[in-house]
Amino acid sequence: MKVLVTVKRVIDPYVKVRVKSDGTGVETANVKMAMNPFCEIAVEQAVRMKEAGIVTEIVVVSVGTQQSQETLRTAMAMGADRGILVEVAGEVQPLAVAKLVKAIVDKEQPKLVIMGKQAIDDDSNQAGQMTAALLGWPQSAFTSAIAVNGDTADVTREIDGGLEKLTIKLPAVVTTDLRLNEPRYVTLPNIMKAKKKPLEVLKPEALGVDVTPRLKTVKVEEPAKRSAGVKVADVQELVAKLKNEARVI
Amino acid sequence: MSVLVIAEHDGKLLKPGTTNTVTAAAKIGGDIVVLVAGHQCADAAQAAAKISGVSKVLLADSPLYAGGAAENLTALIQTVAAQYSHILAPATGYGKNFMPRLSALLDVQQISDISAVVSADTFVRPIYAGNAMATVQSADTIKVITVRATGFDAAAEGGSAAVENLAAGPDTGLAKFNGQELSKSDRPELTAARIIVSGGRGMGSGDNFKILEALADKLGAAVGASRAAVDSGYVPNDYQVGQTGKIVAPELYIAVGISGAIQHLAGMKDSKVIIAINKDPEAPIFAVADYWLVEDLFKAVPEMTQQV
Repeated sequence: MKVLVTVKRVIDPYVKVRVKSDGTGVETANVKMAMNPFCEIAVEQAVRMKEAGIVTEIVVVSVGTQQSQETLRTAMAMGADRGILVEVAGEVQPLAVAKLVKAIVDKEQPKLVIMGKQAIDDDSNQAGQMTAALLGWPQSAFTSAIAVNGDTADVTREIDGGLEKLTIKLPAVVTTDLRLNEPRYVTLPNIMKAKKKPLEVLKPEALGVDVTPRLKTVKVEEPAKRSAGVKVADVQELVAKLKNEARVI
Repeated sequence: MSVLVIAEHDGKLLKPGTTNTVTAAAKIGGDIVVLVAGHQCADAAQAAAKISGVSKVLLADSPLYAGGAAENLTALIQTVAAQYSHILAPATGYGKNFMPRLSALLDVQQISDISAVVSADTFVRPIYAGNAMATVQSADTIKVITVRATGFDAAAEGGSAAVENLAAGPDTGLAKFNGQELSKSDRPELTAARIIVSGGRGMGSGDNFKILEALADKLGAAVGASRAAVDSGYVPNDYQVGQTGKIVAPELYIAVGISGAIQHLAGMKDSKVIIAINKDPEAPIFAVADYWLVEDLFKAVPEMTQQV
């Protein structure tokens, strides 16, 4: 079966973000970028399913600037077969992303769509569930295990108190949680191979999707800072502070 | 204006987060209606009726909603959505699962995880793991919003709203619920605990979490963990506090062997009092701690358990 995976280019999760002084957003110029960690897990899952003989083709899709081609190449170096970039210069909000992914799914007809549960830049946690809604497909958000059985899949989802098990009909949309797998590192030979894999670039207009943001960002600010703390010498002093000063125990 | 709040519950009781969401609804203004959807959940509907400020409770009691799978739940909410200006749910694993689906069905751009209400159409939400706060304005006719519980106080009891039955919506037949495996614990839930004791990679193994559990039991606390500890397989994912786990704000947060990665701080930095125990004097967690102790945790934690 064919699988479609989505990837997003975001600020590297280990980079400390800085809010722009004019309050319009965060600084992205000259900042190290990387594939969103949950998207890496999505790509890894598709590659493992291909290695297991369940999946025959992996199409990887990104929505973003021209530089997102690098992210698609990384996904292809991990094992995806070909890439599609929907090139958009400005901000694309999750509903528009879901509409774009739906349009590509309509063309590609995959049996499974695997997406990251959230992007670590805007932390919206929406696009996967929205894509499932627009397609009228079942969803498995925050997934930690997938087993495909013909026209259904048994999935395990991370929920607040533990795990939930569902059987969903295919085609379906799955979003990944941390424990689904541990993504592989890309090797140099695979990076070279990935450069030769096909990469198609589309514009949102070609897919008939309006990507105008629905939410207006009024301002972006630094969060309130905590006041400086106190270093204590030993456990005795710590417990005394908690009892007498903070009065929390 | 009329605000619909989707309750999270276990059939009998409301889950923490629901009452905070009602407070967020009250800040928006207008009538507050709470929807309790589930199977055999009349008790939870009665609990919702007692929340102060709630004008009506809708009870949708049907096997279709057992387990709360998103497909049938959103099909149900769609049947009443047009009557409301705002639809709110807690930004927990429950709300985060179905709300975006609802939002797309209504062709609305959801506003995730709000921590403050500025006005009926403008809200504050954290982005980049809470390293920036965005104020966003929505022009959608219906505003679909998930609410960060730690940003709002729990609504008090004292209401006596009427409970009305809501007919079940269509069965989409897309997903079959096969049950849940809930972590068994006598300790309080992370998001409801007054005190949380959390361990990080510095714990070294899952077995070593026993020393944290001993301290937690002495304090009546919940046990949490950093993503590093979950990734290392020391504890299950539902222990995880952080950007990709649970967001908590207890009165006391005790971080043990946690270096303080951005993504962990995002989940706990609104705690009232934070203490950190780490043998690394440079650990970034100290920057957010009210009290910090540079010491080997295997010595400090048992000592603390004796002294509290």
